[in-house]
Amino acid sequence: MTENFSLELQGDRELTMTRIFDAPLALVWAAHSKAEHLKHWWARGHEMDGEIDFRPGGKWRFVEHGDNGERWAFRGEFQEIVPEQLIVQTFEFEGMPGHISVERLNFEEKDGKTYLTSTVTFDSEADRDGMVESGMEGGARQSYLALDAYLKEMAR
Amino acid sequence: MDQLSAVFAALADPTRRAILARLADGEATVNQLAEPFPISLQAVSKHLKVLEQAGLITRGRDAQWRPCRLEAGPLRDVSEWAERYRHFWDARYDRLDSYLQELRQTTDTDHDEPRSRK
Repeated sequence: MTENFSLELQGDRELTMTRIFDAPLALVWAAHSKAEHLKHWWARGHEMDGEIDFRPGGKWRFVEHGDNGERWAFRGEFQEIVPEQLIVQTFEFEGMPGHISVERLNFEEKDGKTYLTSTVTFDSEADRDGMVESGMEGGARQSYLALDAYLKEMAR
Repeated sequence: MDQLSAVFAALADPTRRAILARLADGEATVNQLAEPFPISLQAVSKHLKVLEQAGLITRGRDAQWRPCRLEAGPLRDVSEWAERYRHFWDARYDRLDSYLQELRQTTDTDHDEPRSRK
């Protein structure tokens, strides 16, 4: 786990992730707003097809291809875009249609580094649990923190 | 509310998280738990009730003493959930990180329209 990444649970349906990138904001923004860039990283090394209509009200759809012919499709809509500052988009796994979460991505540059803060709000508790059960299984190595270490981290 | 949700809700409060962290070191009474906090015993009791209902702690039978004990099970569920989510995004962001470095090396001075090597 990298030190420049943190994840915090906010209540029972929301979480916030912060990641610091050693790259200028314009580049991190481009990597989030163009399909030609997204397909290089979004699918974590898997092949990916993507369409993205990057404007408020525009839709996006990505299809991730697993190593054994699996296909996972995801789609959503851009609700709000403030250039080089904010993207608010919905997220839906097509394997669980109708369960829509909202992602709010804040971009900020400090000392040549880009701080990306992403707040994810799940539609329901079931969606939050299902997120991990279904779409996240692909390629996600299971590694668990020791309970003790986790408690100490939470108490900070 | 399902159990995992009750646990998430219970963990949302920093005082309750601190109480759990204290209990990870061993059993404690309400008085002992209240000591580090600038809040009333009554407020601490309220927090303990939330933790108890979420299944995160159990309390002894002795009416006067009633020591609180951490129950690891539900916490482990949340910890596993968060860890899997974290791992997923960590992997994705690591990919992005390498891709950004790749872009920086192949990009001209204009960062707005980076050209990929491929």
